[in-house]
Amino acid sequence: MNPAAKGKLSLPAGRDIKAVVSRDDHMMRWWMALIGVYLIVTLAMPLYAMLSKSVSTYRFDLQQFEFQVSDEAGDFTSPPVLASSLNQTLGAVSAQALNTSADGRLAATEFFPDFSFRSPVNYRIRGTSEQAAYLVGSSLTTGTEWTEIDSNTFRRVQLRPVASTGLGNFSTYFSTPALMGSIRNSLYIAVISTLITVTLAFGFAYALSRSCVRYKSTFRLIAMIPILVPSLLPGIALIYLFGNQGMLKELMFGGTIYGPTGIVLGSVFFTFPHAFLIISTALSISDARYYEAAVSLRSSPWRTFRVVTLPGARYGIISAAFVVFNLVITDFGLPKVIGGQFNVLAVDIYKQVIGQQNFEMGAVVSVVLIIPAILAFTIDRIVQRKQVALLSARAVPYQPSPDKKADSIWLVYCAMVSVFIVGLIAVCQYAALVKFWPYNLTLSLNNYQFDQMDGGGWASYFNSIKLGLLTAVVGTCIVFFGAYLVEKSNGFNTGRGLFQMVAMLPMAIPGMVLGLAYIFFFNSPANPLNVIYGTMTILVVCTVTHFYTVSHLTAVTALKQMDREFEAVAASLKQSALKVFTRVTIPVCLPAILDISIYLFVNAMTTVSAVVFLYSPKTTLASIAVLNMDDAGDIAPAAAMGMMIFYTNAGARILHLFASRKILKRTQAWRQR
Amino acid sequence: MSKSKSYLQIDNLWKAFGDFVALQDVSLDVFEGEFVCFLGPSGCGKTTLLRAIAGLDLQSRGSVIQDGVDVSELPPAQRDFGIVFQSYALFPNLTIRKNIAFGLENAGRDRASINNRVEELLQLVGLPEQGDKYPAQLSGGQQQRIALARAIATSPGLLLLDEPLSALDAKVRVRLRHEIKALQRELGVTTIMVTHDQEEALAMADRIVVINEGRIEQVGTPTEIYQNPQTLFVADFIGEMNQFEATIDDQRQLQIGSSRFSCRSHEFTSGAQVIAAIRPDNIVPQPLDYKAAGEVNCHRVVLKDMEFLGSFWRCRLHNENFKVNHLIADFSANAVRRLNLQPDQSMMVQLPEDTMIIYARDEARV
Amino acid sequence: MLRKLLLAPVAVSLLAATSLAGAATELTVYTAVEAEDLKRYAETFNEDHPDITINWVRDSTGIVTAKLLAEKNNPQADVVWGLAATSLLLLKSEGMLEAYAPAGVEKLDPKFVDKSDPPTWTGMDAWVASVCYNTVESEKLGLSPPASWKDLADPMYKGHVIMPNPNSSGTGFLDVSSWLQMFGEEDGWKYMDALHENIARYTHSGSKPCKLAAAGEIPIGVSFAFRGAKSKAAGAPLDIIVPSEGVGWDMEATAIVAGTANLDAAKTLVDWSITEKANKMYNVGYAVVGMPGIAQPVKYFPEGLLDAMIDNDFEFAANNRKRILAEWQSRYDSKSEAK
Repeated sequence: MNPAAKGKLSLPAGRDIKAVVSRDDHMMRWWMALIGVYLIVTLAMPLYAMLSKSVSTYRFDLQQFEFQVSDEAGDFTSPPVLASSLNQTLGAVSAQALNTSADGRLAATEFFPDFSFRSPVNYRIRGTSEQAAYLVGSSLTTGTEWTEIDSNTFRRVQLRPVASTGLGNFSTYFSTPALMGSIRNSLYIAVISTLITVTLAFGFAYALSRSCVRYKSTFRLIAMIPILVPSLLPGIALIYLFGNQGMLKELMFGGTIYGPTGIVLGSVFFTFPHAFLIISTALSISDARYYEAAVSLRSSPWRTFRVVTLPGARYGIISAAFVVFNLVITDFGLPKVIGGQFNVLAVDIYKQVIGQQNFEMGAVVSVVLIIPAILAFTIDRIVQRKQVALLSARAVPYQPSPDKKADSIWLVYCAMVSVFIVGLIAVCQYAALVKFWPYNLTLSLNNYQFDQMDGGGWASYFNSIKLGLLTAVVGTCIVFFGAYLVEKSNGFNTGRGLFQMVAMLPMAIPGMVLGLAYIFFFNSPANPLNVIYGTMTILVVCTVTHFYTVSHLTAVTALKQMDREFEAVAASLKQSALKVFTRVTIPVCLPAILDISIYLFVNAMTTVSAVVFLYSPKTTLASIAVLNMDDAGDIAPAAAMGMMIFYTNAGARILHLFASRKILKRTQAWRQR
Repeated sequence: MSKSKSYLQIDNLWKAFGDFVALQDVSLDVFEGEFVCFLGPSGCGKTTLLRAIAGLDLQSRGSVIQDGVDVSELPPAQRDFGIVFQSYALFPNLTIRKNIAFGLENAGRDRASINNRVEELLQLVGLPEQGDKYPAQLSGGQQQRIALARAIATSPGLLLLDEPLSALDAKVRVRLRHEIKALQRELGVTTIMVTHDQEEALAMADRIVVINEGRIEQVGTPTEIYQNPQTLFVADFIGEMNQFEATIDDQRQLQIGSSRFSCRSHEFTSGAQVIAAIRPDNIVPQPLDYKAAGEVNCHRVVLKDMEFLGSFWRCRLHNENFKVNHLIADFSANAVRRLNLQPDQSMMVQLPEDTMIIYARDEARV
Repeated sequence: MLRKLLLAPVAVSLLAATSLAGAATELTVYTAVEAEDLKRYAETFNEDHPDITINWVRDSTGIVTAKLLAEKNNPQADVVWGLAATSLLLLKSEGMLEAYAPAGVEKLDPKFVDKSDPPTWTGMDAWVASVCYNTVESEKLGLSPPASWKDLADPMYKGHVIMPNPNSSGTGFLDVSSWLQMFGEEDGWKYMDALHENIARYTHSGSKPCKLAAAGEIPIGVSFAFRGAKSKAAGAPLDIIVPSEGVGWDMEATAIVAGTANLDAAKTLVDWSITEKANKMYNVGYAVVGMPGIAQPVKYFPEGLLDAMIDNDFEFAANNRKRILAEWQSRYDSKSEAK
């Protein structure tokens, strides 16, 4: 073998063989292109719209306004003068101050230092172009016609800015300390939460995989609970526990739960299952033979842990760390509920857009938020690839042996973590049933009368279920079919590579950012797709896109486990690829398909960030209702609605379990030997 | 065989994956009804060639003509072949019966004729009772037979087998290669099998195509390939071969170390540096006092050690003149008994001149 | 798949539109009126106009305003019924409102009607700032009730006051703008500097401080009277304090969105929204309504509220909003995280 020598070889000149594309391949390419277009329309184009929004600036263009001042008799004898030339001589408004936002106003009197509203002179104002806009009082005036007004009215004249493009918004952002502080705050809570969560989850996963601790399956079940509730629910529970009227407020020793403490505690709760799952997987692939070697070398347990366990799980730990970091830094619900005065990026987007109607600045914060998220995501992908390489080695699974002392220590540890998780949920349920905390502790169902509250009432709950079902069905179809096409179609490599890339993108896009991008893109009247704005469709589309990546990866993993040659066999037998797809691929991948559906359903039920900008009164959602009821101070009903989501998701999970079992039994008989 | 008409013609086939050239200028004729094996080490390009014939991975240059039709650019579905993969690629969720029927279903056949054909095929591969099981419920060998049945169900003109036996254990493999060969004879279907197992190729093929680094080294019947390997690679790859650096003396003589051997006539000029090669089983053991009149190529060696391999002994012989550490020879159990051979004893061996093959030195590859 | 996905809802909505056209007009009405009142409003309206169906889009003031502005070039709403006048002024300055003088507009207090002619909006009821004071918790902490805004800046209340963030809450902005109007710009900011020292945190919504006070989470919440009365009615140990300097207020108002496809129905609704019947309807929750002489005292509402309302300059508030908010943010939003 001499690859160098072979490398020198080259093909003889001649025509490249061009495959006659079969009907199947044609079909598959069309479908792939179609799903590709779907991803572009639902992901790339909205993001582009958002990006262009972030560089769309507003400026007072002084060239566009012209004034004329009369003499005391009211005759306009002096020549008209441009605002820009007035400003040049006066220096009244600095260049920086001319940059503004969409609702910027500039008083016309700025250009007349000796202005007095008692003066008998009259003023005229007009635009030099049709775009020029100014307010007289609150009435909008545009165009090149002169408007004549007395001096008392002239003080009510405000110039309006015109739109242009540039990086002005970014420079405004980075020169606003209140906004800049959020970057630091976001990183701070993300790092702290990540450290705590990963440590806790590692211990938990270690106990379940490396010790003979009892009640393993119960602990595993409890660890997954937080996935079933919106991220802001732990926030509500923490308020009931540690707020100023909290059941355990003494534990705060005068500190406050509102702020980083609350965000970190809540983040640990809602990111725990994610970290636990990843680390468990990493620990379960570690090779038992290393442990046998360590024992035979009389290595101390601590040394074994350092030399064998940690390195074996290191990719899992790194991956978990980045996933948690990403979840925390992009989360919106929790800091909104319990963040107090502690500003973070995700909430800033909301405040900019909802509080100040400053969409451009919202887009700027979004762009800033994407950067750490994409970084974390990229590192995670690289690490994941390494972990896969580790996986391919055949490992002997580790069988822990009982150790009374260690096992009881682990039991206490797992129990404590479980108490934390179950405790928060239980507190929420209790709070939801108390009539008027803390003054009237009788139990009642008053808080479940959602129709009396903000947030859309019971309709929100049913909308959420509808969204969950639609997302599960539509999303599973698109995701699985897309993954199938990418995995199993022939040729068209560039297209497939591109598709893979786009499919990975949603994971790096924070929900808030996606939601905002959707407003910009779908609410534009120039967009023929704006018919879906304000409908359930846009919520489904947004949710499917938001959770596309994980579903796609699940599908791809399942498809990769299928024999690569099924399609080749079918082609040799002159059977269509579609027949293999329906008769073989779908039945064999049914477990994965069900997993994708339940994943999409649960997430559609709990998601807040992506849809908070997109819901309409007909499509209010339970998770948004939790947010809005909490926002309005109806914390107990918010807890009640949160618990409804929990029970629904738990129910869906159980249903999914039974359904999978039944379907597996019927269609996957072949799995049993 | 060579009188049959050519069924598959491969002309000047090249295949490149980026910068890597996997097939270089491969040309080959396969005759109707013939069983051809592509043999070579892993990564040599044999599977690439098979996939090009099937249309699964198109060649970069050159043409494939099947049964008079140029199929070079056609997708697999428009070619005429059945295929069995190493993994068998049986549909795990379909019963054996449905797996076999898979290709029959849209050929305008009615249910009954499909069922008949499936039963016929199950009989043919000797698994008439297993039709309602799922693939995972069968043994590897049985799965292999089902894959074969599925591939021939539509009576394709060409049967492609991609390492069909390599996933099986040794015993089953030997039995199955027998069965496949018999089945192929019975059906008369032109068959190409890819394998890296020389024994398999020798046992099954009508002709063997030895491939190395993307090129055909030699095409020939198993005996041709074994007895007359045209290149050192083939010699080395098929069976064992002792190699000596040698210098040509004249038309019938060469020198190995300080020993002189007579050899077959050849085209090398005297003084040329060559490699002389001989197979272990061609070395003839003789008693120490053997010196028959006119017998050349007899040399005294020390029997270093011997290894019992059932039907024969593999012996390592030493002679400091040969400039090689050991000479490997396979002696029949009979001969060992007859000559009472023991390790560390001296003996005579004869290297028959007509079994000694000479290759140019620069041909030698590492 | 994509096609189907996109076309299905269109088809459904077309179907819905055609089938409903004969029966009734549907109006999409954006509102920030409390959720619990919406049903009553719609039902009362339908007593007189059963042929018009109201589809509420209800959210907090900020969100509804943001939504309307975002939809500036593609308006989804027909009518805005129950949104802060400051927000409507913002919409007006974007040219998004249809000028229309509803029948009987002359019967309203002129304060409650837009100054343009014809007016672009008409007021429904006033929404008055107040301080919610939890008597139980305050007693525990040994606090005495504040009588004025200035009292609230007393160091005694350090960490015991919550107010809405003006950057995300209309109520918060109304407080800030009223202080600036009452005390003058300079003293106004000075006052807020002092008050900021006492604030435990700023909330996103305007009703939350009062609800938090009602729940005892904090003793004092700067909120609005209406919310306080509701919580008091629900049994919370609250006193609703009207600071002596006067209180800021905003009104809930009604306007037609320019470009509506249902102009006639929209006019019908706006006409009705200023009738005596409508004003009586508003009076159930609000002590101050647009039509003089209608209002009956509302239970739990503090006395003297009407007299305490300052002469609010909405135009000042709207035109200086951006500047005030930026100033507020740089003074208090960045400082607060040091805690």
